Amino acid sequence: MSDIQLWTLIFAIVTFSIYIYIAYASRVGTTSGFYVAGGGIPAPANGAAIAADWMSAASFISLAGIVAFANNGYAGSVYLMGWTGGYVLLALLLAPYLRKFGKYTIPDFVGDRYNESARMVAVVAAIVVSFVYVAGQMAGVGLVFQRFLGVGTTTGVVIGMAIVFFYAVLGGMKGITWTQVAQYTVLIIAYLIPAVAVSTKVTGVPLPQVGFGQILEELDGLQADLGLSAYSGAFTQVNMLNMVLITAALMFGTAGLPHVIVRFYTAKSVRAARYSALWALFFIALLYTTAPSVAAFSKLQIIQDLQGTALSDVPGWFNTWADVGLITQADGSPISELAASTTLNYTDVAINNDIIVLASPEIGGLPAPIVGLVAAGALAAALSTASGLLLVISSSVANDVYYKKVNPQATEARQLMVGRIAMGAAILVAGYLGINPPGFVAQVVALAFGLAAASFFPVLVLGIFWKGCTAMGATAGMVTGLVVTMAYMLWTIDIYGNSEGIFGIAETGFGTIGMLINFAVTIIVSQFTPKPSPVMQELVEEIRFPGRSTLVAKHAEGELEV
Amino acid sequence: MDQRQRQEYWRKNLRLMASLLAVWAIVSFGAGILFVEPLNNVVVAGFPLGFWFAQQGSILVFVALIAIYVVRMDKLDAEYGIDEYEQEVHHS
Repeated sequence: MSDIQLWTLIFAIVTFSIYIYIAYASRVGTTSGFYVAGGGIPAPANGAAIAADWMSAASFISLAGIVAFANNGYAGSVYLMGWTGGYVLLALLLAPYLRKFGKYTIPDFVGDRYNESARMVAVVAAIVVSFVYVAGQMAGVGLVFQRFLGVGTTTGVVIGMAIVFFYAVLGGMKGITWTQVAQYTVLIIAYLIPAVAVSTKVTGVPLPQVGFGQILEELDGLQADLGLSAYSGAFTQVNMLNMVLITAALMFGTAGLPHVIVRFYTAKSVRAARYSALWALFFIALLYTTAPSVAAFSKLQIIQDLQGTALSDVPGWFNTWADVGLITQADGSPISELAASTTLNYTDVAINNDIIVLASPEIGGLPAPIVGLVAAGALAAALSTASGLLLVISSSVANDVYYKKVNPQATEARQLMVGRIAMGAAILVAGYLGINPPGFVAQVVALAFGLAAASFFPVLVLGIFWKGCTAMGATAGMVTGLVVTMAYMLWTIDIYGNSEGIFGIAETGFGTIGMLINFAVTIIVSQFTPKPSPVMQELVEEIRFPGRSTLVAKHAEGELEV
Repeated sequence: MDQRQRQEYWRKNLRLMASLLAVWAIVSFGAGILFVEPLNNVVVAGFPLGFWFAQQGSILVFVALIAIYVVRMDKLDAEYGIDEYEQEVHHS
């Protein structure tokens, strides 16, 4: 066993023990504890949990690589602005009002505010979005185990499933929340240490966000020498229209994602929900402002290491990743086919986006314990998001389908049991999808945001800000937005149609158009359909004001006929 | 709160929201995308300014916007006598 494997094993065992201990200490016995952690989580902890919930294996492992390699720098900004800008919308337009409404899930809000058919559309959308996502997380766990511990992907996924099973089934939302707080701590430390070390080494400035500026000119110059467009140059890969549409789709999609929204129900009060959004974005920004710096430093270092170097002289990290097939020749054939004396050209090598962060300590020449720490951080990011998503799936099944539809007389103990069984089943499906990822998962994860934007965002916002928004309007809007967006995506996505689309709009940006269509349909249909009951209108008015309210309380207790 | 106070509270809330969202749009879609090219001609601490807004600046402004929102809403609540943030109920 190498030093790196040993340290990875040590960090994995230590962090997993912490998660399991926390989950055991916060085990629950009520549905409210299982679904929303009793609604009593203080704002900073809730913010850290949102950050961990939100920042997935993709944020931790892939983001820097996507910015540096897939998009030539500037174009990668759609992810940086899109995924953080959505929190402004969440904080201002949704979080306080949804918390005041006081429910367990998004379908719960949709069902209560509109009607039962709207609830079912929301259940289906929430489950689809969550499963697509969770498959990617499980595959991420497998990747980390395979690379750092040398165990098979399947074994890695099974270990991940067992850990999540333990703390999510036992502790529900309460266990997940406190585990996520620990996971956030692990993942942010693991991300910042190598970034600070590399920035200090290359520029003498310990703050990567500032050191970043010192190398941009050099990086732009190196890219020019290679015949590539400037790293910081605008619209070299994506045109302005698509930049706007994709950024917007990610922003509005973030504000409509079920596993993020449910987190605002776990806040103590309306005020705590507002502060949770602030803490969440602050914690996320620590990683999201560091990621583009890591991207630029890694790209600079990689070009310098490889350009004009003989294959026999390349640094160790190159061989490590070439061996597992994540660095190949530009046409995809293995590096091992090349003679040892070959002189490398940066542009002749294809580097997988996913290795940048995992390899950054090695690229920067940092010691083995730090490599192990980064592996533990990646596992924390994947497991925390997976558990949040699994909770959305199990609560949608147990609360919105079983309790609301199948057996409204179910006792609390029985609801809790159904929740735990649903959670267990969801983990098995997620594990299966992680071991046998369907080809479309990677494509669809980016699309999930478009779907969330086109389905949930308008009905949530209109439900709060427009008393006259009707059930039929909302249902028609959700269905149209979802169907139109899915149709466009299937028509244009590589593996199905690969058409140019309309005006060259990228499938990842079409969610914005779908959302506008949803808004239009909801508003128009609402004009011609029966208005919400006077009690419901009063209730909508009531959630706009924080503080004590008998009407909202009565509604939450289920004592109100609307 | 009586009806008139409620209308006032809601109007002030909407006005705050609208101005914060305007800034949100200006830094991200404006400085980061629509006007990125002219801004890139200005270089500060090594960063072409448009590129900086797209990769760092907009994120920092987003955090600041939410911070302003929570503080101003606290003030607004206090002004209208909302001081009971008791744990609100959950049930379905």
